[in-house]
Amino acid sequence: MSKIIVVTSGKGGVGKTTTSAAIGTGLAMRGFKTVIVDFDVGLRNLDLIMGCERRVVYDFVNVVNNEANLQQALIKDKRLENLFILAASQTRDKDALTQEGVERVLNELKNTFDYVICDSPAGIEKGAHLAMYFADEAIVVTNPEVSSVRDSDRMLGLLSSKSRRSENGEDPIKEHLLITRYHPERVEKGEMLSVADVEEILSIKLKGVIPESQAVLKASNSGNPVILDDQSDAGQAYSDTVDRLLGKEKPLRFIEAQKQGFFARLFGGK
Amino acid sequence: MNLFDFFRGRQKTASASVAKERLQIIVAHERGQRSTPDYLPAMQQELLEVIRKYVNIGNDDVQVALENQGSCSILELNITLPDR
Repeated sequence: MSKIIVVTSGKGGVGKTTTSAAIGTGLAMRGFKTVIVDFDVGLRNLDLIMGCERRVVYDFVNVVNNEANLQQALIKDKRLENLFILAASQTRDKDALTQEGVERVLNELKNTFDYVICDSPAGIEKGAHLAMYFADEAIVVTNPEVSSVRDSDRMLGLLSSKSRRSENGEDPIKEHLLITRYHPERVEKGEMLSVADVEEILSIKLKGVIPESQAVLKASNSGNPVILDDQSDAGQAYSDTVDRLLGKEKPLRFIEAQKQGFFARLFGGK
Repeated sequence: MNLFDFFRGRQKTASASVAKERLQIIVAHERGQRSTPDYLPAMQQELLEVIRKYVNIGNDDVQVALENQGSCSILELNITLPDR
């Protein structure tokens, strides 16, 4: 049974594309045939994060408009056998996607893939709407910060009212919370909302906490999804998240502040 | 934290709890609005205009609230008439 998972947030810059790349790669590493689709028409970036920007010939909009077929547009990942990318168009605008066209392409993808990951653009306009409309599950990416939490709640409202599942009266989209850019030290000092605070406000099931990490920038610099950096905290946190999405129980890691020694505290170490 | 802070003791900046409180209020408010139909503000405006044909009332004198109790919805109108 193949699944369409949308990665969404409302607010920009919280880590949707980083998350799409990491989760998609993680699913492929576990043997699932996975495709990641970039819905951010006009501002594509998934190709850069995945490191395949020089191999984009045809894109999602070409397939929607029947200017190319899926086989021509799907980019096969060089690292993993099971992983494919469908890039967004860089030249068209958001209205280039139509509901009928997106539905046709997603149905075609569902026939061959176990997981279709939809990387939503920021905002609540057409691209974001179409990215979530056909979804079976949603990963709501949230930073522990007021505007991100509020926008996530707004997205949850849209997921439960403006999707195919809600309009057809089917089972609702399964919602998962993913907290990213988490600073345990700042939480401990009372400067940042805690995991429990965000969970309490949004009241959806938490599937992972990704700590603020230097590994994320390093990964995007080189075009490798951060989950491949299995030595890094963020990579391991994403790996746990993928396992939880697949139904495994895993304790949360990287949510406690590192204990500082007496001298570090005395002399203002980091 | 530097030497000075160490001796002064840890001063909690409670900004996270302020954030949480503000978020709980605004999110509850916005969720409440989400469940009300889109036509409510326009209806409130029209009601106001109809009543104004007969009585002089201010913009805030008509309160419209929709309450859902199981399968039944109750529309509550609260109109404050001016003192005579």
